[in-house]
Amino acid sequence: MNTRPAKPQETIFVTTPESIPERGTLSPPTAPGTGDQTAGYAAPSEAPNGLGVELQDLHAHYGQQHAVRGVSLTFASNKVTAIIGPSGCGKSTLLRCINRMHEEIAGATATGRVLLDGRDVYEQGLDVVSVRRAIGMVFQKPNPFPTMSIFDNVAAGLRLTGTKGVDLRERVERSLVGAGLWDEVKDRLGSAGAGLSGGQQQRLCIARTIAVEPDVILMDEPCSALDPIATLRIEELIDVLKARYTIVIVTHNMQQAGRVADSTAFMLSGELIEVGPTSQIFTKPDDDRTEQYVSGRFG
Amino acid sequence: MSELVPISPRRRRTDLIMRGIFAAGTMLALVPLGFIIYYLLRRGLGAWSWHFFTSDPTGRFLGDPGGIKSAIIGTILIVVLATAIAVPLGIGVALYLVEYGKRGRLANIVRYFIDVMTGVPSIVFGLFIYIVLILSGGFGGFAAWKGSVALSLLMLPVVTRSSEVVLELVPNGLREAGLALGSPRWRLIGRVILPTALPGLVTGSLLAVARAAGETAPLLFTAFAVNATTFNIGQQMNSLPIQIFNDVRQAQDRIVDRAWGGALTLVVMILLATLVARLISRRSHSA
Repeated sequence: MNTRPAKPQETIFVTTPESIPERGTLSPPTAPGTGDQTAGYAAPSEAPNGLGVELQDLHAHYGQQHAVRGVSLTFASNKVTAIIGPSGCGKSTLLRCINRMHEEIAGATATGRVLLDGRDVYEQGLDVVSVRRAIGMVFQKPNPFPTMSIFDNVAAGLRLTGTKGVDLRERVERSLVGAGLWDEVKDRLGSAGAGLSGGQQQRLCIARTIAVEPDVILMDEPCSALDPIATLRIEELIDVLKARYTIVIVTHNMQQAGRVADSTAFMLSGELIEVGPTSQIFTKPDDDRTEQYVSGRFG
Repeated sequence: MSELVPISPRRRRTDLIMRGIFAAGTMLALVPLGFIIYYLLRRGLGAWSWHFFTSDPTGRFLGDPGGIKSAIIGTILIVVLATAIAVPLGIGVALYLVEYGKRGRLANIVRYFIDVMTGVPSIVFGLFIYIVLILSGGFGGFAAWKGSVALSLLMLPVVTRSSEVVLELVPNGLREAGLALGSPRWRLIGRVILPTALPGLVTGSLLAVARAAGETAPLLFTAFAVNATTFNIGQQMNSLPIQIFNDVRQAQDRIVDRAWGGALTLVVMILLATLVARLISRRSHSA
């Protein structure tokens, strides 16, 4: 689907591909000598930092429809970047291009470059599975696996990626603690994940995402299905998570962007209008359209 | 502003008439079912006895005609083998259609042929196996396993179609969640898609089993019939539909009664299998 010319590697964050740290290494479809599809991703259990992401001239199409029009944007490591804009402006599509979930939709294509710590995730021959392991995603609607218990939901990522040699109990506990859910569920890890409240389900999904220890977490309107109190808890969680992960959050809620994001990008009709520190975007943006949007005069 | 008025006598009358028509239609549809159950119980229960279930047909026209033990065992063996062939294959085809082929050209061609297969009369499958596996001479004569193959061909489109519908019902959010975690598609299918769809897959497969268990025509040319109980699927084997088919054509009342008893047995067996599957699917759902 994503037919892209194999361009020579440009140097963005790091000088050579060799200097990419082992964490977040993207593996070719079959790692040499193993045959395991996920073998190329070696995640140490104590990961210190997230990795930066840079988009270069990213275009996304749904068939003939041009949803993202040449966006270039940098997501700094260990920062929260919010993407705001009216419905249909292409912000969710942009997000889905970063971990190549966009191409799961029939007829959807993307061109341009998405550099994870300098390495293009669209590079030819790269294993898309390793891209998605390195870049986790939390969806709009909480989607715990309905046949699995709370424990199994958190462990699902490790099992689905075939990760061996991990102490499941320890990792599940640490992920649930990390997602701020441990105290609420520690006595009923065996009960169904779908039996939790909406806010708890979303934190369960965050626990599931961080259990595989990605470098980047993408959040697609993670609070839009939640009540204000559950929303607040997720926002507090995001603030904690950025110590270890790079976070990109798409949101319809401008107050939310103001509360959680270090920088904010404003999109309109598939184009990036403006990006900058959140306080600047909300108080004195450079572009009139941004000003109009954040002040609620359209959108 | 529109005015709120009490219900008019005309509206009330129309409602009453329409209710009456639909209720009458429903009753009409239930009449044949009621008669079938009534006659099955009346004539079938009379034939039932301990002896009926524990002895093979004697084949004698006079005296004790024997029971239907070999037919019950034969039906179970033939249908179990047919299920073992058709269910994995049918679910496999459905998985291909939903998870891999999607709306592609090949997938649509497969869908078309599955639809055509659904419409093929069962006797054609029997004839097909008769020609390919018996007349061709390479595989010996009549054998139970050939009957199973004929039945599995009959079951295949039913299993595939029902499984496809059930797999389509698995929310796309679950697929996305798994893929976004970095799961290869085959693991996603094994750990998320199949467990989520399991109750529906069981129900669909059981529909196919129920349909196959009562089929006579595919067995007539393939497994044929013997009186004695056998567990050898390489030989001819008795089955309930064939037993009923043979018995009902006899002149002796006692043998015709055996056909009724066999028919009731077959219905009860299918009913039990359906109940068991319901229980299984309910338990897996609540877990």
